[in-house]
Amino acid sequence: MTAPQHSPHAHDGGSVGRVMAQVMLALTPVTLWGFYLFGWPAIWMWLITVGSAMLFELACLRLGGGGRATLGDGSAALAGWLLALTLPPWSPWWIAVIGSFVAICIAKHAYGGLGQNPFNPAMVARVALLISFPLEMTQWVAPAPMFSGLGPDPVAALERLLFSTPIPDALTSATLLGQVKAEASRGVDLLASLPALGAGVSDGVGHHAGSLGETGSWLILGGGLFLVYRGVIGWLVPVALVTGLAVPAAIAHAIDPAHHLSALHQVFAGAALLGAVFIATDPVSSPASAVGKLIYGLAIGFLTWVIRSFAGFPEGLAFAVLLMNACVPIIDRFTRPRIYGHGATAGRGA
Amino acid sequence: MLIAVTSLTLIAGCLGLILGFAARRFHVEPPETVSEIEAMLPGSQCGQCGFPGCGGAAAALAEGSAPVTLCPPGGPALARALAEKLGVAADLGAMAEHEPTIATVREEICIGCTKCFKECPTDAIQGAMKQIHSVMKEACTGCGKCADICPTEAVSLVPLPTTLGNWRWRAPACA
Amino acid sequence: MGFRDLMDEVKLRWGVHPAGHKALTSECAIECMPLPERLTLPLAQHIGAPARPVVTPGQRVLRGQLLAEAVGAVSSPVHAPSSGRIVDIGDYPVAHPSGLTAAAIVLKPDGLDEAVDFADCDDPHGLEPAEIARRVAAGGVVGLGGATFPAAVKLGLGRRNPVQTLLLNGGECEPYLTCDDRTMRERPEAVIDGARLMARALGAEAIVIGIERNKPAAMVAMQSAAAAHPEISVRGLPARYPMGSEKQLVHFLTAVEVPAGGLSAEVGVVVHNVGTAAEISRVLRTGEPLTHRAVTVSGAAIARPTNLRVAIGTAVSAVIAHCGGVRRDVARYVMGGPMMGMLLPGTEVPVVKGSSGVLALVADEAGGGEASPCIRCTRCAGVCPIGLLPFEMAARIRAGKSEAAVDIGLKDCIGCGSCAYTCPAKIPLSHYFSFAKGSLAAAERARLKNESIGKLTAARSARLEREAQEKAEAAARRKAEREAAKRDAARAVAAEAAAGRPQDSQVSA
Repeated sequence: MTAPQHSPHAHDGGSVGRVMAQVMLALTPVTLWGFYLFGWPAIWMWLITVGSAMLFELACLRLGGGGRATLGDGSAALAGWLLALTLPPWSPWWIAVIGSFVAICIAKHAYGGLGQNPFNPAMVARVALLISFPLEMTQWVAPAPMFSGLGPDPVAALERLLFSTPIPDALTSATLLGQVKAEASRGVDLLASLPALGAGVSDGVGHHAGSLGETGSWLILGGGLFLVYRGVIGWLVPVALVTGLAVPAAIAHAIDPAHHLSALHQVFAGAALLGAVFIATDPVSSPASAVGKLIYGLAIGFLTWVIRSFAGFPEGLAFAVLLMNACVPIIDRFTRPRIYGHGATAGRGA
Repeated sequence: MLIAVTSLTLIAGCLGLILGFAARRFHVEPPETVSEIEAMLPGSQCGQCGFPGCGGAAAALAEGSAPVTLCPPGGPALARALAEKLGVAADLGAMAEHEPTIATVREEICIGCTKCFKECPTDAIQGAMKQIHSVMKEACTGCGKCADICPTEAVSLVPLPTTLGNWRWRAPACA
Repeated sequence: MGFRDLMDEVKLRWGVHPAGHKALTSECAIECMPLPERLTLPLAQHIGAPARPVVTPGQRVLRGQLLAEAVGAVSSPVHAPSSGRIVDIGDYPVAHPSGLTAAAIVLKPDGLDEAVDFADCDDPHGLEPAEIARRVAAGGVVGLGGATFPAAVKLGLGRRNPVQTLLLNGGECEPYLTCDDRTMRERPEAVIDGARLMARALGAEAIVIGIERNKPAAMVAMQSAAAAHPEISVRGLPARYPMGSEKQLVHFLTAVEVPAGGLSAEVGVVVHNVGTAAEISRVLRTGEPLTHRAVTVSGAAIARPTNLRVAIGTAVSAVIAHCGGVRRDVARYVMGGPMMGMLLPGTEVPVVKGSSGVLALVADEAGGGEASPCIRCTRCAGVCPIGLLPFEMAARIRAGKSEAAVDIGLKDCIGCGSCAYTCPAKIPLSHYFSFAKGSLAAAERARLKNESIGKLTAARSARLEREAQEKAEAAARRKAEREAAKRDAARAVAAEAAAGRPQDSQVSA
């Protein structure tokens, strides 16, 4: 006789695969926009990242006895997809593959697979790549939209990806955050350098250098609204993250505009929005309770601002996310929701 | 130089004094482990653990030569309590496999000799000379002494029957 | 959705909105089902000690006759739903997921339906509170919402704690079930009458009837029936699961939380089901004990879903056959609602006092499927009405640390199943919690047994000692007696000797 089934004898029909599929759907517009802006090399890079992530997932599942088939639920593809969006659009193939390896094999499966990883796999991979290959990871290109003739055709793009041919100087560019850091290190203050740099960043459309998926700010926000509407993510973490970033940025900018970017620039530049909507909301590596999520989001935003403003790296979101991932267990421990019937409001006279 | 030597010596001395004082002031007498453990055990001296009675088992537990899961009548609850007491990790895996058993008397071959009755450490068997004996479920520990001594093998251990009162959900099979 | 609903949606941060499936039966009036061939009446249809049979096989009984009496303070008697002959008293399958049997009385109705003389009562409102509770107990009324706690015990709570408010639970938040809805629409006066009687027994001044807003007809019926009684208020509840759970209902309607591990009576509130109220009114007015109940028969596999008034003891198979049988492959038979109801091991089990529904669910409805790893999406924590972290409790239980799960609230879990319902990874969270609660209870039983073994052993050694002592004393006594006898004998000999000397002298003389 098989074991009796326990109640409930009903289910709302959701599944992990559906959750992942909805996140992918929300990512699609900004990804397509990234493809348009950065052309064929970006498309190949995305394909290689996602494809290798799935292959590594398959390999790890096989190695682990193949018991739990989490390949079909799309979690690996999603991790690869998110990683691809945070890479420079014209990254060579081996960056993509190494990134996928770190994300899937080390950050995810070494900790026990889906749901067990304390750190966000895409962010672990991005940080590992940034530290190991600083040159390749800061090879930014200016947008070379499709059909404009600026970028290479599919074959040339694949060739570039596979043989890592250097990017023509005419196309290289720098991100706003990178340039600000560089200018600041040369002693040029923002008031002098920003007018040349800042244009095109704060409009949110994305006609500026950056990683594949971080420049189309409005599309990211649209995807986020869709996910909040569908109940896949909560609004708390994104709002808290942006608040944690924007408030100190606004204060610092008001005090010293020569050395601090405005809140608008901070939010629209770099990976802040992508991180707020798609990275920090990763359920596996974020706290459980509402208060915990609030603390987590605010702290990531604030740490991002601190790293961007005072540390050696121009962008700090990935580091901030990983630092706060490490704090999740302790946040969870101290922000457990109150249980009904316990504590002050229980009993008479509440 | 002199200042450094003096200050360090002073600091070391002070710390030493504090430590010495704390060792005296907060001294805790080692607990009467063996007798306390013996009090935790069922005390039926059934010998299922392989030691001569509960006292022997307590001594073995106290010196760490016996696992906390040694007592079948005590079950996982006792093992957990002992593990906590002794500050060791309880591996309840072996324990879970031990199905609780209970003695039953096959009435057709019981001759009413009262041997089991006299042997039972918990007076769980009722009966008198030349009468068929019966087992009180609540009191039987499943130690098996009665089964060993029965001259006609009328007493045997059977798994405790599952009823609506003691049935419980098994662990979910998946995930 | 009205403004109040919207406010409630914002205010309440727990619960799920399962598909209701109530339209299947909500317009089906409660019809009387004819008596089946056999009635199987389990002795334990309530929480507490099983009833003790007072009839013997072969005996003829009348409708309403006591078959088994209550044993102890928390128990409930069982009565015959019709006249007929007792066929057997033995172990029969009951509605329990284990598929185990339990003691039951089997009655074969003779079709005459002769009844005992019932002591009816025209003015039950004139009865003393204790007398109301006594008659409710004698009538075998238990909580008909599914909890099956003896109703009279709950009516006696007013004696220990002052109870100001009687809450009547018309939530019926479980999907499919509509028997409470129908009872409120068809017999609103009986519900109000029963509620007033219960309030009298409890000494409660106010009666609040909570009805989910997805039952507008019941709401209207109850409001008009309650209009004559200013102490009764009828309140709308947001339609969400588990609104009908006692703790949630008390908190929503009185803004007071029931303390953990405590009874709602401790905060001056007692909750009863509307079906129980209607039944209490009937029991007190007619004197007839509880022998029938309203049951919703539903699910996509049932050919003709409806509401039935069924004699307690009727087999589920007979109930389903009366509803046209099943027309599709049944994945699960469930007794009660789908969220907290019990999987039935088969259909040859009887309807009991707590059976609010009989469901035949097809695979699409029943959910289930392979569980996948938890992704910590925390939906379970979001829907938990108690504020627990189900995913973390399940993780701890899975790691074999049930005690650690207790530390984060396992014992506060009400087992509503909202977490498992909403889990995208399909993790059987409720199952984990039942498993852990079961092992903790087993450990507690083992601990108690161990303690009693210690006592028994001590008693045995005391006995052995006493016996030894008695033996020793007896031996000593015997020895003393022997010695005394010896002494006596010696003395007698000596006396004889002394007496014999003159004889001797005589002889010698």
